[in-house]
Amino acid sequence: MAGMNLTLKVWRQNGAEDKGRIVEYKMSDISPDMSFLEMIDVLNEELIQKGDDPIAFDHDCREGICGSCSMYINGEPHGPEDLITTCQLHMRSFKDGDTIYIEPWRAAAFPVIKDLVVDRTAFDAIIQVGGYVSVNTSGNTQDANALPIPKADADAAFDAATCIGCGACVATCKNSSAMLFTSAKISHLALLPQGKVEAQERALNMVEKMDELGFGNCTNTGDCEVQCPKGISLDNIALMNREFLGASLKSEK
Amino acid sequence: MTKFVDNIPEGPLADKWTKYKADAKLVNPANRRNIDVIVIGTGLAGGAAAASLGEMGFNVKSFCFQDSPRRAHSIAAQGGINAAKNYQNDGDSTYRLFYDTVKGGDYRSREANVYRLAEVSANIIDQCVAQGVPFAREYGGLLDNRSFGGVQVQRTFYAKGQTGQQLLIGAYQALSRQISKGTVTMYNRHEMMEIVKIDGKARGIIARNLITGEVERHSAHAVVVASGGYSNVFFLSTNAMGSNCTAAWKSYKNGAHFANSCYVQIHPTCIPVTGDHQSKLTLMSESLRNDGRIWVPKKKEDSQAIAKGEKTALDIAEDDRDYYLERRYPAFGNLVPRDVASRAAKERCDAGFGVNKTGQAVFLDFSDAINRLGKDAVEARYGNLFQMYEKITAENPYEMPMKIYPAIHYTMGGVWVDYNLQTSVPGLFAAGEANFSDHGANRLGASALMQGLADGYFVLPYTISNYLADDIRTGAISTEHAEFEKAEKAVKDRLDFFMDNKGSKSVDYFHKKLGKVMWEKCGMARNKKGLEEAIEEIKAIREEFWKEVKVPGVQNSFNQELEKAGRVADFIELGDLMCRDALSREESCGGHFREEHQTTEGEALRNDEDYTYVAAWEYKGDNETPELHKEDLKFENIELKQRSYK
Repeated sequence: MAGMNLTLKVWRQNGAEDKGRIVEYKMSDISPDMSFLEMIDVLNEELIQKGDDPIAFDHDCREGICGSCSMYINGEPHGPEDLITTCQLHMRSFKDGDTIYIEPWRAAAFPVIKDLVVDRTAFDAIIQVGGYVSVNTSGNTQDANALPIPKADADAAFDAATCIGCGACVATCKNSSAMLFTSAKISHLALLPQGKVEAQERALNMVEKMDELGFGNCTNTGDCEVQCPKGISLDNIALMNREFLGASLKSEK
Repeated sequence: MTKFVDNIPEGPLADKWTKYKADAKLVNPANRRNIDVIVIGTGLAGGAAAASLGEMGFNVKSFCFQDSPRRAHSIAAQGGINAAKNYQNDGDSTYRLFYDTVKGGDYRSREANVYRLAEVSANIIDQCVAQGVPFAREYGGLLDNRSFGGVQVQRTFYAKGQTGQQLLIGAYQALSRQISKGTVTMYNRHEMMEIVKIDGKARGIIARNLITGEVERHSAHAVVVASGGYSNVFFLSTNAMGSNCTAAWKSYKNGAHFANSCYVQIHPTCIPVTGDHQSKLTLMSESLRNDGRIWVPKKKEDSQAIAKGEKTALDIAEDDRDYYLERRYPAFGNLVPRDVASRAAKERCDAGFGVNKTGQAVFLDFSDAINRLGKDAVEARYGNLFQMYEKITAENPYEMPMKIYPAIHYTMGGVWVDYNLQTSVPGLFAAGEANFSDHGANRLGASALMQGLADGYFVLPYTISNYLADDIRTGAISTEHAEFEKAEKAVKDRLDFFMDNKGSKSVDYFHKKLGKVMWEKCGMARNKKGLEEAIEEIKAIREEFWKEVKVPGVQNSFNQELEKAGRVADFIELGDLMCRDALSREESCGGHFREEHQTTEGEALRNDEDYTYVAAWEYKGDNETPELHKEDLKFENIELKQRSYK
C-alpha cells in the first residue's frame, strides 16, 4: 500500500518570549502503521538534514502512560481518537491528502517553552499542597490486609488514580480549568480510608492552589471528560465540590 | 586483582539485615539538615529514596530529565509487584521468594542482597497501601494476587495493568509531600552530566538545565544514582525514549565498576516491529501469560498462509496448533521465566513458524480464557492492555489472538554495588535498575518494582545514614572547588564540540546503527565471532559519530537533539563494554545465551566451575581496554542446579 501525502501546519515558537506562528510542511509516503509521533520523527529527520531546527515536543514512554506527550491536533487534545494519548495515535486515523494542524496546549498556567513543549509544573504544585496521604515511608504501618476496603471503593479510587497528568483537560477547557485533574486526585484519596482523614483539608488546599496558579473555573461544559485519554469521570468534580464545601463550612480561613 | 569488599554482615542469612540495622551508625536529626544528598532519577528507587531521605531530615536535591518526577519510566510497568505475604496460603515465605529469585536469576546473584530484598518485600505492600495505592481487591475487601512467570505461588500484587503507575504515583506523592516541607528541592528538566569527586569521594554533580541550557554545579555529601537501565543501547526497546545510561556511565568513568553488563532481559510478549520508522516497542504485560496460551501452527504452510494474509489464526484447527511452551515445559507451561519463553519464541520463528510478514511473531491466544471465565472477567483483568493492543495494531484481541515477539526490556547488569548499595566510589550509591545487585542473570516478573521500592524506601535510608555518620563535621561542600571547575569545563567542552561539529548525520542515525549491531550480535543469542565483529563495528560507529554527528539549534536553549547526542555518545561506549562482557563469559546463563554453550535440547548451559562470579569492569581510560575484576559468588544456602521448568 502506498503511503499518504499530508500537509502539516505546525506551531513554531522559539522560546516563551517569541510570538509564534504556524509553519507548513509537506509530508509524503507516510505509512498508516506509523504512530503520530513517529511521523514527526520523520519530519524532524528531514529538518535536521536540511539544517533547520527540528520541532520540539514532549514525549517519553510512547505507550500512553507517562503523560508527557501533549499536542493539540486538529483542534483536539491528543487528536481525533477517544481514550488515547498522542503517542498512541496512529496514522491510520488520517487519510491521504489530509491537512493536520498541530499546536501546543494553550493555557495561561502552561506557558510555552518551545514549539509544542509547555511547562506543566503547575500540576506538580497542586499535588504538593496536599495530594498525598501524610504517612512516613518507614514500612512500619499496619498489615496491608488489616483494613479491608470494599472492592467498589477500591476500584473507584483506582479509576480516579489512573490520571496521567497530561493536561488535556486544561487544554480543552474554554476556561483552562484544572478541575478534572485536581478532583481526580482528591477523589482517589477521599475514597480510601487512608486518605479520608485529610480529605477536606486536602480539597481546600488544592482548590486554592489551583485558583492561585491561574487555572480558570468550571462551568460544567464537560469537554474535559470527553477529551481525557484515560476517561477520568466528571463525577470526581462533584465529589471534590462536596469535600470543598464541607471544608469551607468548617474552615476559619 | 582487587579483593572485593562486599560488606555483607556476618551471621546466618536470615539475621544479616537485622544485625546490619542494629549495628548501623546514625546521624542525629540536628545534623541531618546540614547534610546534602543528591538523588538522580525519580522512578521507584530514586523517588522513594528522595522522599525517605527528605523525611529523615537530610537536605535532598532530586533531579530528573522529564518535566515532572511523575513521568519516570517506572510508570510504565504493567503487571505487578511481588511480596512474600502468603495471603493466598499457598506455601509462600521470605525464603521461597529469595529462593525463586536466585534460581530465576540463574544463580548469578548475591545471596545476602536477594534475601534482604525478599525480607523487606512485605513492608512494601503495607507501605503502599498506607499511602493510598489502590491495589486490586477481592469482594471481601482484601488484596488480590496473581501469578507471574517462574514461580508456583501467587504473590504478585497488582493494580490492573497499571501497577507501576500506581506505585510511582505513591512515591511521587511522598516526594511531593517532602518538597512542600522544603526537605527536598526538585530539579525537573535537568540532566545529570558529570559526577564530581573530591579526595576520592563523590561530592556533587554537574547538571544541565534543559530549558535554558545553563550548566550548573550542585554539591552534596553523597550522590545516589537511580537513573534506571540501559536497554536503549539497542535503540528499539520497551524503555521510554529518554531512558539513558548517562548517569550510570559517568559513574563508571569516574571509578565505579560496571557489573554484568551483558545480562539484558528480553521480554517475550511485546508487539512485533512493523517497519523502519519504528521508534520503540510496546510491551504486553507478562501477566497476560496467566490466561493467554502461546502457540504457532504445527505446519509451516499454515504459518506461511497466515503471513501472506490467506489464513488467520481462527482457521487453524486445535490439533494443528503447537502450544510449544506447554509441550516443552509441562510443569510451568506458559509461565516459564522470560528468558526461556523468549528463546522458545525465537527458536520457533527461526525454524520458519512465525506468523506475520517478517516471520517474527507468535500467537498469544485468549480464547480458552474467554470461554472459561467469560469476556467480562477477562476484560476486568486485562482490559487496558487489550485496548492498548488494539490501538496499536488495529486488531481486536478478544476475537483474534495477539501477535507477539520478544523485545529488549530490562537490564540486570549495572553499576557494581556492595551490600550498602555503595559503588566502588565512596559516597556514590546506585539503586534500582541502575545497579546490578539483585536479579543475577535474569529478573523474574514483578520483581523490578519490588527492588526499586525496597532500595529506595528501606535500604538506602539505613546505608546512607551509616555512611554519612562520618561526615557530620565536614560542613557544606563548596562548588568553587577545583574539581567542580574541572568537571564543568569537561561538560562544556563536550557541549561545544557537539554544537560546533559540522557533521552530516543526525544523532538518531548513529543510535539506530548501534542498536542494530547490538540486537543482531549481542541480543537474544550471542557467539564469539559475532561479538568480536560487533566490537569492531562499534569502534567504527564511534569514530564516525565523533566525526559526522550533526546537532542543530543552539546550546543555551531547549535543544532535544543536543540532549540525545550526549546520551548516544555514552551508549556507544557502553555497547562496547557489553560485547566485551558477553565475550568473556563463556557460558550461557539467564539473559546471556552463548550459542556455543547449550544443551542438546537447546537450553542454556551454565559453567558454575569457572563463571560463578560477578564480572565487574573497571574503566582504564578512553582508548584502553577495561580491566575485569571477578567477585566470586558464594552460595551457602542454595545448592546450584541446572534450572529446570519442565
